[in-house]
Amino acid sequence: MTSVDVVVTGLGATSPLGGDVASTWDGMLNGRSGVSRLTTDWAAELPVQIAAALAVDPSEIIEKPKLRKMDRSEAIALIAAREAWADSGLAGSGLDLERLGVSIGSGIGGATTLLNQDDILEAQGARRVSPHTIPMLMPNGPAAFVGLELGAQAGVHCVASACATGAEAISLGLDLIRSGRADVVVAGGTEAVIHPLPMAGFASMRAMSTRNDDPERASRPWDKGRDGFVLGEGAGVVVLERAEHARARGAKIYARLAGSGITSDGYDIVQPHPQGAGAIRAIGKALRDAGVTGTDIVHVNAHATSTPVGDVAEIAALRAAVGTHPVVTATKSMTGHLLGAAGALESIATILSIRDSIVPPTINLDDPDDALDLDVAAHKARPLEIPAALNNSFGFGGHNVALVFTRA
Amino acid sequence: MASREEIVTGLADILNELAGVEQADVTEEKTFTDDLDVDSLSMVEVIMAAEDKFGVKIPDTEMQNLKTVGDAVSYIEANQK
Repeated sequence: MTSVDVVVTGLGATSPLGGDVASTWDGMLNGRSGVSRLTTDWAAELPVQIAAALAVDPSEIIEKPKLRKMDRSEAIALIAAREAWADSGLAGSGLDLERLGVSIGSGIGGATTLLNQDDILEAQGARRVSPHTIPMLMPNGPAAFVGLELGAQAGVHCVASACATGAEAISLGLDLIRSGRADVVVAGGTEAVIHPLPMAGFASMRAMSTRNDDPERASRPWDKGRDGFVLGEGAGVVVLERAEHARARGAKIYARLAGSGITSDGYDIVQPHPQGAGAIRAIGKALRDAGVTGTDIVHVNAHATSTPVGDVAEIAALRAAVGTHPVVTATKSMTGHLLGAAGALESIATILSIRDSIVPPTINLDDPDDALDLDVAAHKARPLEIPAALNNSFGFGGHNVALVFTRA
Repeated sequence: MASREEIVTGLADILNELAGVEQADVTEEKTFTDDLDVDSLSMVEVIMAAEDKFGVKIPDTEMQNLKTVGDAVSYIEANQK
């Protein structure tokens, strides 16, 4: 146990299920799918023609002149951060901005800006490339825009660990507070790459579902019929705060971020270790860091992306590191895979599960994989008292991040 | 050939579209930076849009001399084809 407790005092999100945390959570608890058929012209040329697009477009929220200067991934990070910040009650609280940090990452970054500006370069020449191109495509852009709006001066950080990014950014926030470098860190992940090039790249890897005629059933973690992930877009942001600081100002406290474990596989650039060795070590580290054991974990929000290999490896890791007793769910069955935002959005789901004593469902689990010996909340949300829960995130490159949240 | 009034109106439309400036605030004596709060990157965009709209070339060396809306109007008026 460390001497510095860190708690969660604010939540913000914009996702395929809703434009804020409340609507996203409501969608999850009701087992709604955010996946739909892409109707854009370019999609017709792709093997994958489905995605989980944002429920509320950023143009409905952010004024147009400001939006023009931001990549979509930056705009939605800002939307989620604004909600989390308002929710925390820190605005106008007299917080010393030199004690406020930001840790927000993205898996792919401003790729759509890069590609759109390249179209302009090719068609109209260098002089017509937008002067906003660089701040729009730089990977630290989402963190920087959020830091700028909040006036954060303790440091603005960007981590990139593919699909583990959101969770690793939250883990960095924990470290920043524990090490005394900040009292409050606005942390999370963002992703917006529903564009033909990233989709073609993932499709060429055969990583994505091609269930084009049945989009709402395409993301089906642990089901025998799973055939890859469904790309989603969105952002999730949490406000992490030194517990003493939060209690001193009488803040609403959602949960405690009790521990974090990070490892790397050292195995393959994209394939997970088949027995989940790196994941097992990450979960073990997180449990020890949190001062709990596998027995204490009663709920797991799994990474489970609906890929044939990854889903099974995580089953093995959970069995080894935690046991088969927790109630497990894969919310990606509803949101699709938000890549760099996934770990952040799923942390929010984990935190709300603790608060509301309920586990959101894993939809589409009609014919469970023979290897599945875990207790999954299939089809319907399941009421459950949750003193401690685990959230897993894994990313291309062999990144493994496990976060333990406990009741405050 | 656009008149001074037409150029002011055209610039006001561009500034509204690109930088969120109210059209009514765009008058000749206003400075882009201090009065209209147009940042340096957006100013580059405004110049690019003005070139397209009025058929002029505004070289980078000239851009820094365009402090006020009136400066830009005068340059465009003198150089439009």
